[in-house]
Amino acid sequence: MEQILANGLYLGAQYALIALGLTLIFSLMNVLNFAHGQMYVFGGFVTYTVVAQFGLPFIVGLLASAAVLAVLGGLIEKFLFRPVIRRSKREESTMLLAAGIAFFLDAVILLLFGEKQRGVPKIVNGVLNWDMRIIMPYDRILIGVLAITLIVGFILFMQYSRAGRAMRALAQDRMAAQLMGVDVDRYSMIGFALGAMLAGLVGGLLVTITGINLGMGGPTSVKAFLMIMIGGAGVISGAIAGGFILGMMESVGLTLLAAYGDITYLVIFATLMVFLAIRPQGLMGKPWG
Amino acid sequence: MKRRHFLATTGLSLGLALSVTTAAWAENPVLKIGFVGVTSGPAAAWGISNQRSMETRAAWLNETGGVEIGGTVYDIEIVAFDDQKDPKRAIAGMEKMAQDGVHYVVGPNVDDGAAAVRPVAEQNGIMYFPYAFPKELYTPPASNAILGMVANYQSGPAIYKHLMDNNGVKKVAFVAANESDPLSQRDGGVEAATALGLEVVSDSVTYQVDTTDFTPVLLPVIQSAPDLLVLSGVSPANAPQLIRSARELGYTGLISTETAQDATVLMEGAGDLANGFISVGGASTPELASDAMREFVDRYTKMFGEYNDESNTKVYALEYILETLKANPAAITDVEAFKATMDTFEAPNPFMVGDAKLSYVGTTSFGQKRQVSVPLVVNEFRDGKFETLFVAQVD
Repeated sequence: MEQILANGLYLGAQYALIALGLTLIFSLMNVLNFAHGQMYVFGGFVTYTVVAQFGLPFIVGLLASAAVLAVLGGLIEKFLFRPVIRRSKREESTMLLAAGIAFFLDAVILLLFGEKQRGVPKIVNGVLNWDMRIIMPYDRILIGVLAITLIVGFILFMQYSRAGRAMRALAQDRMAAQLMGVDVDRYSMIGFALGAMLAGLVGGLLVTITGINLGMGGPTSVKAFLMIMIGGAGVISGAIAGGFILGMMESVGLTLLAAYGDITYLVIFATLMVFLAIRPQGLMGKPWG
Repeated sequence: MKRRHFLATTGLSLGLALSVTTAAWAENPVLKIGFVGVTSGPAAAWGISNQRSMETRAAWLNETGGVEIGGTVYDIEIVAFDDQKDPKRAIAGMEKMAQDGVHYVVGPNVDDGAAAVRPVAEQNGIMYFPYAFPKELYTPPASNAILGMVANYQSGPAIYKHLMDNNGVKKVAFVAANESDPLSQRDGGVEAATALGLEVVSDSVTYQVDTTDFTPVLLPVIQSAPDLLVLSGVSPANAPQLIRSARELGYTGLISTETAQDATVLMEGAGDLANGFISVGGASTPELASDAMREFVDRYTKMFGEYNDESNTKVYALEYILETLKANPAAITDVEAFKATMDTFEAPNPFMVGDAKLSYVGTTSFGQKRQVSVPLVVNEFRDGKFETLFVAQVD
């Protein structure tokens, strides 16, 4: 049981970080960013290039991923989403744009980084073995702690920084925030850049554990959507809760249901359908509570 | 006036460019060979190594004057279609090949895609070379598919027997992705292991291909304490993570697979933890490779930046098509002539040293010759590269 809980917590921390970026973008702009998974993959490849190809320290790779994805996110918001949102009142326009960006990023990643699975060497060697009750490699523990630290840092940023408060105001009521003097365009761009940066950071963190490949973008987006549906779209605490709940469900399911074949996600999806039928807004309700 | 002058110059330049291009193409007639396979998504490495092998070999042949078939010299053009590992897309790809008048297609790469295109290929007179293992594709009454590699039910027993004899393996566990290819390979592996007298201690654990943490997946498998852990049909993307998780959980036994892997990917993803991992290699080793094979590797690397060990096998399909057409030029438009030639076909193998031959095999497994003959090379990963464990031949 201890092993199941440890696996669930580790999975939950990485999932929550993935979901945070997605929910931030959704709350600020009402955009379902289908390219979130591709941004995660892009971030992983940036870290891989910096660490494995250029031989620089892992932390440099991680910072490079954060910077590249923040710039990419900012540019995507300014030159793609902003004009589309301004000109089109239909929500599906931004959905189609996001899907288009996902395909575009897939093609760019293939061109720049190739089709192969990539990974960087372990950043910490050794395995924690607590009396055979919990077996956890030290690098996973480190990545889990880093993920939780980033989540806490993000919450503090949103709570106490000027930009964070502006973005929260924007998420609560876009019109009211604008009337109160919040620069909507500026903070939308910062929010999108921050969301993309979080995706890039997770990609950079996990490239040391799981590696990265071209095909990981789509499934990652699906899992991220799953998490924010559980927690409630556009709610930070909901994304975190959704991430940890999904991680724990996966860990428990893979251990307890192993004898019945690969039915863990079947059970998760069935449970989610029932849950959404009862509580369609997810656990935490509306944007920012 | 200036505008008119500009338009006239542009028109003239375009006309000249077009005529030069047409003249260049008109030098040799073009023989189109198709590829329908997966070049995107998690299994992209399988199809891309196919496509790039074909493109490298075609460019090489065209550069050296083309291929003479029945007194006519052809330039080879590769027509590629990404089926995205989706059977519906594979059907669309094969239909496109039929519309383009292509009679010889390499691919698809996976079981369901290869099975899905069968009616289209048979109705449109297309011979195709899948990298998929369902026996019904190659056994009568089917006759248009030719297996492009060694199947898992041929390599698996050879590997298990070797490990029983040399490493004293008695208990085996299987883990597979929850997809048609790996699951069918797992079932074939379980059957082969049981037939050899091995005790199968775990065969029900499966995983999603997008799994990011294999620790919970492998925990029950490792607890069953196998001597050999078989990663059935594992993709190059998942293999390093599975190996790493198994070793980190304290597993010290042997790990093997019947699919081809990539040494760089294993090294980057699992490092020294992958030492001792046994896999089916590309159909070449330094001892077997001819000068032509080395030149192929060199050209591939120059064209695409990085070589893929799987291309040691995937270089062969195009060679078999062209050499069989040379043996019977009527087969260019008539696949029945191609089939008739296969039974007696034999040609020098340019990619192996000695007097190795290209020929069709498969009578033992399929009751007819519907498989290309390539060496079964079983590798062991050691310190960043593959070392040959043993080499065998299949019929």
